[in-house]
Amino acid sequence: MTNSSFSRRNFLGLAAGAAGAAALAACGSSGPSNKGGTSGGGSSGSASYWSLSGEPGQPIRQAAIDRFNAANPSTKIAPTFFANDDYKQKIKTAIGAGQAPTMIWGWGGGGLKSYVDGGQVVDLTDWFGQNAAVKEKILPSSFGAATVGGKIYAMPIETVQPIVLFYNKKVFDQVGVQPPQSWGDMMALVPKFKAKNIAPFSLAGQSRWTNMMWLEFLLDRTAGSDVFNNVFAGKAGAWSDPAVLDMLTKIQDLVKAGGFEKGFSSVVADQNADQALLFTGKAAMMLHGSWSYGIQKANGGKFVSSGGLGWMNFPPVEGGKGDPSNTVGNPGQYLSISSKATAAQQDIAKKFFSTTLVDDQEKAGWVKSGGVPVLTNSDSLFTGDDAQFLKDMSSIASKAKVFAQSWDQALSPTAADTLLDNISKLFQLQISPQQWVDNMNGVIGK
Amino acid sequence: MTALAPPAVRVKEPTAAGRGRSGSVAWMALPAMLMFFAFGIIPLLGVLGLSFTTWDGIGTIHFTGLTSWKAELKDPELPHSLLVTFEIMILSWLVQTPISILIGVFLAAFKRYRGFLAVLYFIPLLLSSVAISITYKALLDPNFGLGTGLGVGFLNQDWLGSSKLAIWVLVFVVSWQYVPFHSLIYQGAVRQIPVSMLEAAQIDGAGRLRQFFSITLPQIKYTIITSSTLMVVGSLTFFDLIYVLTNGGPGDSTRALALEMYRKGFMANLMGPASAIAVILVLVGLLLAQLLRRLGGRGDESQLEGA
Repeated sequence: MTNSSFSRRNFLGLAAGAAGAAALAACGSSGPSNKGGTSGGGSSGSASYWSLSGEPGQPIRQAAIDRFNAANPSTKIAPTFFANDDYKQKIKTAIGAGQAPTMIWGWGGGGLKSYVDGGQVVDLTDWFGQNAAVKEKILPSSFGAATVGGKIYAMPIETVQPIVLFYNKKVFDQVGVQPPQSWGDMMALVPKFKAKNIAPFSLAGQSRWTNMMWLEFLLDRTAGSDVFNNVFAGKAGAWSDPAVLDMLTKIQDLVKAGGFEKGFSSVVADQNADQALLFTGKAAMMLHGSWSYGIQKANGGKFVSSGGLGWMNFPPVEGGKGDPSNTVGNPGQYLSISSKATAAQQDIAKKFFSTTLVDDQEKAGWVKSGGVPVLTNSDSLFTGDDAQFLKDMSSIASKAKVFAQSWDQALSPTAADTLLDNISKLFQLQISPQQWVDNMNGVIGK
Repeated sequence: MTALAPPAVRVKEPTAAGRGRSGSVAWMALPAMLMFFAFGIIPLLGVLGLSFTTWDGIGTIHFTGLTSWKAELKDPELPHSLLVTFEIMILSWLVQTPISILIGVFLAAFKRYRGFLAVLYFIPLLLSSVAISITYKALLDPNFGLGTGLGVGFLNQDWLGSSKLAIWVLVFVVSWQYVPFHSLIYQGAVRQIPVSMLEAAQIDGAGRLRQFFSITLPQIKYTIITSSTLMVVGSLTFFDLIYVLTNGGPGDSTRALALEMYRKGFMANLMGPASAIAVILVLVGLLLAQLLRRLGGRGDESQLEGA
């Protein structure tokens, strides 16, 4: 799952573009690999499951279904896999038309909320209550993005991708400084690296969501998780918290101090230029998703294998209310059950949830692909070169009091776009923290 | 609806004697008219219709009257993106026109080495905008770009990351791509100037400069209008180039109207306001094309007066 998050965001715009062409696309089948034959509601004897195609996820998903079907020959699951972009369109249209598959794969958060508002997915709160054993096998922090209005509407599956602060150990040795333990340390490191012509932080500013990760952490460290929870809940004026102004000022101070590499606002994450800055030693630190590890390993030559790459959770902010164990990122992927499915189909899905999706083979499959499973007690499986990284990611994810979902995934597309737009202007110093707050209050709940 | 054809020149009513012939001529226009209808007019009407609705691109389309228009006209991003569009339009016209005319005049002379140069000049025309943009983006990268590669500090500017520089870089890349095309048009125009006029001027003792300003420039007046119309209307629809180079950034410094439309429609899922922007784009384009045509005069005076 190293770069699933990437493509998801990169193609967010293009995916939506496909919507405009939906009328045309309807004329010709785009040919997803339908292995079961049931589509939509399906017959009562079998349940349908839609998910994403492509490596490394699809073989692991297919293997899970094969295991389930072998064990339950009378109640089979028929999977259909779609490319990322196609899926986003297809699933929304299918749900809207009452043709949803039994099991709906997704990212939780804002997307899940729209299904819940439309009464399209089954409330799983009671089921998890009765099946405590299943719930205990899953990292508690993964349930946040599956919960809407205090109720659980999806089962966390697959992998956890926290965002961490990566750093180049060689550059730190060269300059003779220690990794930061606090926001104050981070600011103090800026002039030290700049004096040696090294960018303190690498940032792909043109991609916008990269800038957002900074705000997510800073807000959490200064104010805790309440502020964004209020925004997510649609409370009027939720951004008008003094802590928001405080953290926006902090980030503008960092920009003014030259904390990011020269020309950061024209660097694009798709081209991995931000990653290259870190492994070439042109930048000392980089805040990025855990999938960055795979990119550093693949592109950085011997950088990772020679122990050049360091990582840590985002350090605390002095005087901040947030718990320093909190993290941000993709707390998991999610599987919901369609409320339009028959009782028999829902039972098949629940059986799938409680057996195959929490078994050891499922866990081992995702670890082998280089990801940290949402399932607990995976640590014994972390062996080989990547063991330390996997252990640390797992510990960050499992120890987090709150594993917040990326803001752009948690909010509706309209609000998310305004957010990203204002964030890029903030980093460009085109708007003041107060203007940012005013603009963002304007789209709360939209 | 991106590339609108410049409005057709009004033709004088055919005389009674010529009516038989004009019938068959009208037939010939039919295929073009059909294409224009299917891919120009019908989508345009669709967009006009959508601008009076609320639609997230996926669910059902709700007719909501003027809601989308009101929201769009109140949005401060609309005047900003209009401003950016005009800025790019005017700057790129100012840069491209003199260079294109000079290269066109230079290439118009029948000399072998100029023919060879002409081939070189036209190479950018063979490349797609996206390929050009990606190449320039890599060359101008402040950390791994041309400046670092050649060790020339001056080239290490924050070309695309600074609000002031980014728009000039855009104008430069646009010009790099389209100057060859406009040079080609001017080359053809200059070659059509009757040699007798230039010879007469020479006999009267006019120097190169005088010939250029008194004969060449007035003679290519209509070509200048044609080329300007193409530049101005074309610059309204710049999308791919800006999208790849800056994506409208830094902040919203280079977010032209076409990018604002894309952002509204496909990023924020607001198809109604996005359609309203599309309609505004069409209106601005038509208006500008008309204006430029007026500038060209009535079009019935002879260019060969005194020849």
